[in-house]
Amino acid sequence: MIENNLTIRIGGEAGMGLESSGAGFGKALVRAGLQVFGLPDFYSRIRGGHNFFTLRVSEKPLYAIENPVHLLLALDMETVRRHIDDMVEGSAVVYDSKDEAPDALRKPGVIFVPVPLTELAREIGGLDVMRNTVALGVATGLLGFDPRYVESVIRDNFAKKGDAVVESNLGCIHAGAEAAAPYQEQFVYRLAAIPDAPRRLFINGTQAFGMGALAGGCRFVAGYPMTPGSPVLIWFAQHAAKYGAVAKHVEDEISAINMAIGAAHAGARAMVPTSGGGYALMVEATGFAGITETPVVIYNAQRPGPATGMPTRTEQADMLFMLHASQGEFPRFLFAPGSVEELFHTGWNAFNLAERYQTVVMVLSDQFLADGFRTIAPEALDFDAVEIDRGALLTDEALEALETPYRRFQVTESGISPRALPGHPNAVWVATTNEHDERGAISEDPQNRTIQVDKRARKLHGAEHEAPALTRYGPDEASVTLVCWGSSYGPVREAVDRLDGAANMLHFNALEPFPPGAEDALRQAQKTVIVEMNATGQLEQLIRVRTGLVMDGAIRKYDGRPFRAAYIIEKLEEVA
Amino acid sequence: MATRADYKGQERPTWCPGCGDYGILNALTRALVEQNIAPHEAIVVTGIGCGSKLPHYMRINGLHTLHGRPVPVAQGIKLANHDLRVIVVHGDGDGYGEGLGHFAHEVRRNPNITELVQNNKIYGLTKGQYSPTSERGKRRSTTPQGSLEHPVQPLALAITHGANFVARGYPGQLNHLIDLIGQALQWPGYALVDILQPCVSFNRERAYDYYNERIYLLEEDETYDPTDRNLAWQRAQEWGDRIPIGVFYRGERVAGYELLEPALQKGPLVKQPLSRLNEAQIAGLFDELS
Ligand SMILES: Cc1ncc(C[n+]2csc(CCOP(=O)(O)OP(=O)(O)O)c2C)c(N)n1
Ligand code: SF4
Ligand SMILES: [Mg+2]
Repeated sequence: MIENNLTIRIGGEAGMGLESSGAGFGKALVRAGLQVFGLPDFYSRIRGGHNFFTLRVSEKPLYAIENPVHLLLALDMETVRRHIDDMVEGSAVVYDSKDEAPDALRKPGVIFVPVPLTELAREIGGLDVMRNTVALGVATGLLGFDPRYVESVIRDNFAKKGDAVVESNLGCIHAGAEAAAPYQEQFVYRLAAIPDAPRRLFINGTQAFGMGALAGGCRFVAGYPMTPGSPVLIWFAQHAAKYGAVAKHVEDEISAINMAIGAAHAGARAMVPTSGGGYALMVEATGFAGITETPVVIYNAQRPGPATGMPTRTEQADMLFMLHASQGEFPRFLFAPGSVEELFHTGWNAFNLAERYQTVVMVLSDQFLADGFRTIAPEALDFDAVEIDRGALLTDEALEALETPYRRFQVTESGISPRALPGHPNAVWVATTNEHDERGAISEDPQNRTIQVDKRARKLHGAEHEAPALTRYGPDEASVTLVCWGSSYGPVREAVDRLDGAANMLHFNALEPFPPGAEDALRQAQKTVIVEMNATGQLEQLIRVRTGLVMDGAIRKYDGRPFRAAYIIEKLEEVA
Repeated sequence: MATRADYKGQERPTWCPGCGDYGILNALTRALVEQNIAPHEAIVVTGIGCGSKLPHYMRINGLHTLHGRPVPVAQGIKLANHDLRVIVVHGDGDGYGEGLGHFAHEVRRNPNITELVQNNKIYGLTKGQYSPTSERGKRRSTTPQGSLEHPVQPLALAITHGANFVARGYPGQLNHLIDLIGQALQWPGYALVDILQPCVSFNRERAYDYYNERIYLLEEDETYDPTDRNLAWQRAQEWGDRIPIGVFYRGERVAGYELLEPALQKGPLVKQPLSRLNEAQIAGLFDELS
């Protein structure tokens, strides 16, 4: 028997409820004390096509998916066709017995389990779409997994829909488990609950970032639906009423960022969640925030471009675009958190930085990070560390005590000017996207121009310490150092574990400011191989511009699918 | 009591002598004083164009934004602090060209915003190209053979999208314009005052002489009923020998949509304490994930 170490995949057409089954089953496994990594893989269509959800299960923490599949729940034959190559000796394919499983698809050593999924769903639940629940029942049966965990999730998820719905879903689980009984003996994989396991969370990047932003006082979110960024807008819309925030789906991304700038100007902590194409529409307003020194947070969950690209897929190719977006020069922060923990932390810290430095804070995520579920301890989201620091914001008392007329763009040593919000009689002022003097009056004076450009730039001169140091992982000394940023953290970390001493990792969470210790760390490495999800080597270029260093090798991937540790190890042999 | 002195700015306007924007600045200031609104209680949000420099020329909170974008910025301000009087001011190129989409969406939301449009039917600041409200056949640098497009109908568009206060003013009738802006400031929801603004440098054929001959006051037309929406929609498109000014449509007094936001029931967003989440709130978030 192989216990608590396998990959389950449920696949079918769009509209078959794969996402909710995947996330729900994942949660049940986590309730049983297991460690799960979950990832949806969807086409950009509403019906038909082929979608799947992968759940990798272990007793140890997981950071990515892997290809060998041990249990495939195939709601249609297309699923078998697409994934049979990933099935290993002793694995099982559960399929709907209303379909023929052609001999050509049958791989030796793989157990085929025909179950009347649709028929049972119709019989018990009255609805064909409940076949996914029957399939999850088959999984519990084959794996010998205590059905109480799945039942508890079903009860929680469907409680609002009434007892009848709960009961019919439970019925589907039991019928599936029963149908699995004759095959259980041949199947060697088992899932067993860990007794007295601590409570853990099953959380994706969207949720982690949303929680971080909310904890950090984000109270205004405006956006326009665009996968994979808009899940953050949806998350906020669903929590807004309860947590006292305003979340608006507006007419377009240009409106979204301009509204956020308006809200921030008035004093709300404001954010725009989007994806690359949506951010492209926000470029001009990024400079608006830059020159008016308005704190805004921009979250871009990248997907492959250009233009519409691959809407539901993943890539890391917007870094240099974000870094340079908008005409003219002004300071900005650019972060690329690599994990749900880092997304949570960046989520609240971004709002402090935006207000302390009175400028734009950009956060890069991507589909893999936003949609990928990890299993973490609740303490890993460190709410105790959260602080709300509004920087040089003038209080009513400070405004009352003002002795000279208020100057919003006062030239200071740090470049940061005391900030009033509109509404106080002692600070009546104008901000403009034109170049302006200390009071905010339009100015084309050459000396003033130079002074104001320098003042804005100076704000970030002392801000290098705000960039988290590179994350090191693995042995101190290794023959290869894998260099990465953003979401590649997870797969690279797993690769380092498997290379068992031969490699270590340096991960960039901050790109601007460029992390101060990065150059030394890179110089000390014996051999550097950079791992990133784009075709032109964007971090590689940035490192070269900022340090003059040339990496020894590169693993680049831009097929829209995330890295896996096995892929990195295989490619490493070619480049190293 | 607010006085005109409270509103006196430090900068001298850079507008051409005779520009209609002077009258609009004057009318807005006087309407604010008449409504007893103090400079710190209001914010004037403008786009980019000649007229959009207006907040620099008075003493008031101002946000001089991007070309075409003052409308969403103003809505963001209103949602964040609905205690502020939010007044949007922009040109016809700005709001009916670059920002026309925002305009239609703003109107259908009904925020409590007063919108004043300096409609000179020309691009002033970029030196006189035809604008979205120019009449067909306008010959200018970018339309040497004459423009081929029909003009945008902002008033009819606003009525179509559900605006409840829709008016047109003219700085040549200053007291009337002050009164219209005053009514718009008193309106509980969205209010539009489109203003026929003479541009004496680039659109002389649509300046004072042209309008003085043609303008009539809707208030003086006894057959006109500003609560009749269909009539208003028709009259809003009357143009030529006779050009109406006044209140075209006065519908239901519906309060601003920001007041429907659940989060704003406790008061303006920026006046609610910004504190860390408490134990129960954190526990609630964890419960969703386990
Ligand atoms: C994105 C963008 N496009 C173009 C411009 C150039 N521009 C400045 S003002 C203006 C037109 C102004 O016309 P209008 O809005 O009618 O204002 P007016 O000057 O007539 O008061 C244009 C096109 C700009 N500032 N920004
Ligand atoms: S160009 Fe026209 S709109 Fe601009 S300031 Fe001169 S008169 Fe006024
Ligand atoms: Mg104009």
